[in-house]
Amino acid sequence: MIRTPLRPLARILQAREKGENPDAIERENRRLRSEEARDKAKGRAEGRLLVLAAVFLVAFGAVGARMGALAATEPAEPRVATSGAAILTQRADITDRKGRVLATNLLTHSLYAQPRQMVDPVRVAQELAKVFPDLDVARLTRDFTGERKFLWIKKKMSPEQMQAVHDIGDPGLMFGPREMRLYPNGALAAHILGGASFGREGVGSAEIVGVAGVEKAFDGWLRDPGNGGAGLTLSLDLTVQSAMEEVLAGGMKLMNAKGATAILMEVATGEIVAMASLPDYDPNDRPSPLTKGDASDSPLFNRAVQGVYELGSTFKIFAVAQALDLGLVNPGTMIDTKGPLTWGRHRIRDFHDYGPRLSVTDVIVESSNIGTARIAMMVGPERQQQFLRSLGFLEPTPVELVEAPTGKPLLPAKWSDISSLTISYGHGLSASPLHLAAAYATIANGGRKVSPTLIHGAGAEPGPQVMSPAVARESMNMLRQVVTRGTASFGDVKGYAVAGKTGTADKAKPSGGYYKDKVIATFASVFPAHAPKYVLITTLDEPVETAGNEPRRTAGWTAVPVGAEIIRRTAPLLGLRPEVEPAAPDALTLVHN
Amino acid sequence: MRNLIYLMTAVSVMGLAFWAYGENYRTRSSLDRMERLQGEIAGLREGLGVLRAEWAYLNRPDRLRELANLNFERLALLPLAPEQFGALAQVAHPVPDLPLVLDPVDTAARPEVQP
Repeated sequence: MIRTPLRPLARILQAREKGENPDAIERENRRLRSEEARDKAKGRAEGRLLVLAAVFLVAFGAVGARMGALAATEPAEPRVATSGAAILTQRADITDRKGRVLATNLLTHSLYAQPRQMVDPVRVAQELAKVFPDLDVARLTRDFTGERKFLWIKKKMSPEQMQAVHDIGDPGLMFGPREMRLYPNGALAAHILGGASFGREGVGSAEIVGVAGVEKAFDGWLRDPGNGGAGLTLSLDLTVQSAMEEVLAGGMKLMNAKGATAILMEVATGEIVAMASLPDYDPNDRPSPLTKGDASDSPLFNRAVQGVYELGSTFKIFAVAQALDLGLVNPGTMIDTKGPLTWGRHRIRDFHDYGPRLSVTDVIVESSNIGTARIAMMVGPERQQQFLRSLGFLEPTPVELVEAPTGKPLLPAKWSDISSLTISYGHGLSASPLHLAAAYATIANGGRKVSPTLIHGAGAEPGPQVMSPAVARESMNMLRQVVTRGTASFGDVKGYAVAGKTGTADKAKPSGGYYKDKVIATFASVFPAHAPKYVLITTLDEPVETAGNEPRRTAGWTAVPVGAEIIRRTAPLLGLRPEVEPAAPDALTLVHN
Repeated sequence: MRNLIYLMTAVSVMGLAFWAYGENYRTRSSLDRMERLQGEIAGLREGLGVLRAEWAYLNRPDRLRELANLNFERLALLPLAPEQFGALAQVAHPVPDLPLVLDPVDTAARPEVQP
């Protein structure tokens, strides 16, 4: 680079000749030189800015392009992610307490049609009607040849049917994969399981939603992928449930009843080991609910939980237990049972005349309405209401079924003295058999409240003490005597020391008043009496036993034999060894000075 | 000297590129294999689910009861009854005979052996 000198000699000499200041030349040259340097620096800075701009452009362009690509493409699973047992099926299995399957999923296919792509719609309609006899040819032909672009034909089908549809070989018939809910045991425990159906449906898959029972109550839980495919373990025992349903169905037929229900409950935990309501249905093919008439006539109706009935004399033990707990009576106190008992316009009668006086134990053993009413008079309505509330009779049962809240007890509008008397022997308050099971379990559990549950091993904390353990033991002793020498003598099963109480309640007419020849017969039992493990409630709806000269409807002739047979069949399955009952203690066991 | 460094850098870059290329292909083939295996596992699980459902269906109590009734002549199966089992303590065991006394001296008060 040629540097221009600041004071070029030629120009300086020239300037000197002209008499100008040569310094001006130097200043001029300095100015030119600094301008040149400035232009150069400016050019370099501009270049750098340009490069920086290009870099930013490329960087932001890359980010933008990546975002666009992510937004525009189909989402895909990361390929390296570990797929454990996490999501196998969209709905978890339901098993019994020993892990036997009660409800599971099966892969199947649905069938849909796109008539626009069909080669020969008329032939397809005819062939389809051969495969599925329930389809109507005329309707299918109309749908296939009309304007429709898409229609569902079958929600699920068997592999054989699928092959037959394949063999039709029309491109307009398509299959969509489906998971379907399967109840391999058929009608077994139908009311508990409920049933499931399809929710939102697409070609690729469909949701399965529970429609009743535990399927609906635990719908969210069963569908939650966060559980890692863990099944729902119910407290039911499949074998016991099956044996109980078999015996109950036989008993219902023998006793000419129109319905029956039985509940077998573990005393210590409140877990329901078996619960049946007849007539039942197949949850794989759930019938549609009745649109008119009485809902309780539908097989969908769960008598054990939803059916509220006046449960009759089975309630007497509560009045007596409360009077014992309050210290108003002891088992030997004599109660006036001279009939009829008149209270205002009402008269209370006994089934037989039991003479002028009975001991409290005998009031239970002989099932005297008058005696119980007199005991209820001592207790009074307020305390009775409070006691029944503590046993859970005033609210729906807390069992984990979606139907449970509909089993709300029917209470008298005003809990007057007369209501208190009739409720003491089980009229005027309607409760479900499950309420009764929980209350009897409470007595059998030494007076500690038991809440019914269907979940195995939930380990609920022990309930409050409703009555003292001594009173509970005395009550159990009375209940045992009902079986050994009272109204439930058919209920004695050798080796299992059954204790229990019968109850025969006239059915209430919908129009008011009671039927003369329709009863609800109930047998509430506990076994073994000396160390209670299980409570069994057996209820027959309108039973009549016709083996004798005249029809017999009392629970002692109808519900008790059925209940005893259920105990005989199920107790061995529960692993209870028959044992020799401890000999009755001597009359005098406690002596106070 | 400088040229040698340049040369070695270039060669090492080429070597690394070759290694990365190989690794890339191995990773892809592993992923493919894993996907295939996962598909197979899913298929087997599905089969297992079907088998489990079938097992439950074939073992449903109604069917077993019916089969037991049909084959009653051969099997003679009846529902379990309380009389058929109990606690061991309730069984009357035969009293075992006393063992023979072989050496009468042993059983009698044996005299102390003096040293």
